[in-house]
Amino acid sequence: MQNDSVIIANKLTKKFGHFTAVDAITFDVRKGEIFGFLGANGAGKTTAIKMMCGLSRPTAGEATVAGFDVNTQPNEIKKHIGYMSQHFSLYQDMTIRENIRFYGGIYGLRGKVIKQRREELIAELGIEEYANRRVEELPLGWKQKLAFSIAIIHEPEIVFLDEPTSGVDPITRRQFWNMIYEAAERGITVFVTTHYLEEAEYCNRVSIMVDGQLRDLDTPKALMDKYHKKNMNDVFVQLASTSTRTE
Amino acid sequence: MKEFRAFVKKEFHHIFRDKRTLLVLFGMPLAQLILFGYAITTEVENAKMMVWNQSPGQFSNALIDKMISSEFFTLTESVNSRKEMLDVFRKSKAHIAVVIPQNFEEDFYRGEASIQIIADGSDPNLATILAAGAKGIIMTWMKGKILNPVSIETIGTSVRWHYNPDLKSVLMFVPGVITIILMLVNTTLSSISITREKELGTIEILYVSPLKPSVIILGKLAPFVLLSILNATVILLVAYVVFEVPVNGSVMLLFLESLLFILTALSLGVLISTVANTQQTALMLSLFSMMLPTILLSGFIFPISSMPVPLQVISNIIPARWFLVIIKGIMLKGLGIEYMWKETAILMGMTLFLIGLSIKKYKIRLQ
Repeated sequence: MQNDSVIIANKLTKKFGHFTAVDAITFDVRKGEIFGFLGANGAGKTTAIKMMCGLSRPTAGEATVAGFDVNTQPNEIKKHIGYMSQHFSLYQDMTIRENIRFYGGIYGLRGKVIKQRREELIAELGIEEYANRRVEELPLGWKQKLAFSIAIIHEPEIVFLDEPTSGVDPITRRQFWNMIYEAAERGITVFVTTHYLEEAEYCNRVSIMVDGQLRDLDTPKALMDKYHKKNMNDVFVQLASTSTRTE
Repeated sequence: MKEFRAFVKKEFHHIFRDKRTLLVLFGMPLAQLILFGYAITTEVENAKMMVWNQSPGQFSNALIDKMISSEFFTLTESVNSRKEMLDVFRKSKAHIAVVIPQNFEEDFYRGEASIQIIADGSDPNLATILAAGAKGIIMTWMKGKILNPVSIETIGTSVRWHYNPDLKSVLMFVPGVITIILMLVNTTLSSISITREKELGTIEILYVSPLKPSVIILGKLAPFVLLSILNATVILLVAYVVFEVPVNGSVMLLFLESLLFILTALSLGVLISTVANTQQTALMLSLFSMMLPTILLSGFIFPISSMPVPLQVISNIIPARWFLVIIKGIMLKGLGIEYMWKETAILMGMTLFLIGLSIKKYKIRLQ
């Protein structure tokens, strides 16, 4: 374990009755890293993310996120992370400016700061003409880019992205990943799940979950070499096909 | 506090941008008030009356004139046989028949006159009211005509209605409508507003944010408290201006008790939202679990004392039942808190219970 790790999980486990959703996973994520968290549906990704976001208490094991313990300091964790889900995390019936102000507000930013970041953000995304229109009028790709910008408006140490690019066209997805790189360069750690395996190759390191266990964790290149595959898709299919869980 | 303000502001955006919410919030109360105030009334005016006068003469004609001259009855048919009379009833051309027998004029002098009143029992409520009204008019008239009053009726009864001397039904309906509106609007809207976030997935963002669950729930409910108080004020003003319904007791007490009842309804809405995952389920649960019991079992329309015992027992868990006693006490009887502390305590207990249960359910959900 390195000192600059922002997430350290040690035998993190979550059971629901007799079902072990997450089975003693151990890993660490370094500061500024883009960490891919892969797994088939039902592999336990969402449960693991919930524990790391302070939403769900582990049954066993421990983890620290941004230096805070998931068992005892979930509220501190929440202040230091950002989160964006596959669902639209924006309020469709509110304008872009109102959405930004709301998220800034619930993270306790001061009015002046919100205003300044809001205008910067609108200018960066080039959506001045939409700024006072409702989010529902915005094209899907822009909605997701906006949602990402808002998820890091309070400059969190880590941002969790749960399938952020599902349903987005390839060009927008590319732009989205550029935004992720920029965030990582600014020192924000990115923890991302995706079902698009070519995106996994953009990550610094990738972990693959199968049946609640962390089956492997390394750089995409090392994983491809290890399993003698040409791309991450084949690596994923080989590992995921060992699953004995039925959905 | 900053967080709470931002949250409440967002809630107001949702409310004022959703036409359906606005309609439920402001359209439904006025529609109900007007519906109950004007259309659904137990007062009778110009009921259709037929006459079968088998003994035309000075007295019988005078009696009929007397009945028609009241606002109660309008003469629509005169018949001359039993067959004709039944025919008029079948065609619904009259609600009530006054049958004056053959020897009425002669019997009248001897103090033995009798009159038959036949009412259309297919509408029992109306029939009862009309029969009683007709009887009243006839008795009064006879007393004035009889030369020797002792021989016909020696003991009369005089009824006076306390608190609502004219028996205006709107006096009863205004407290009832306020009760129903506060219950339905708050339960429905609060449960829908929370489940909508579940349905859209935005609730995840709130869970992940540093907002405390209590801030989320309070932020959700605060706008409805404000708007409901506003709503109650509008209903009271309309009731006062249009229907001349006064508030006899303390307006301050009325608002405080209303606030308590609003909180009861809101906490029920929150509880429903912990069970329901879609807006539609929430709506169904709110309407079916609240609307009929609130209207039928609260004592608003049917008196609780005349219900079968099992229903009387059930009525105890209907919050509206207790609030109705409170609001009628304040508005019509002008009573103070000392007469309604029991009901107030019950509502408080219910609210605390519902909030406790919601928090418990909410915590289970999070684990």
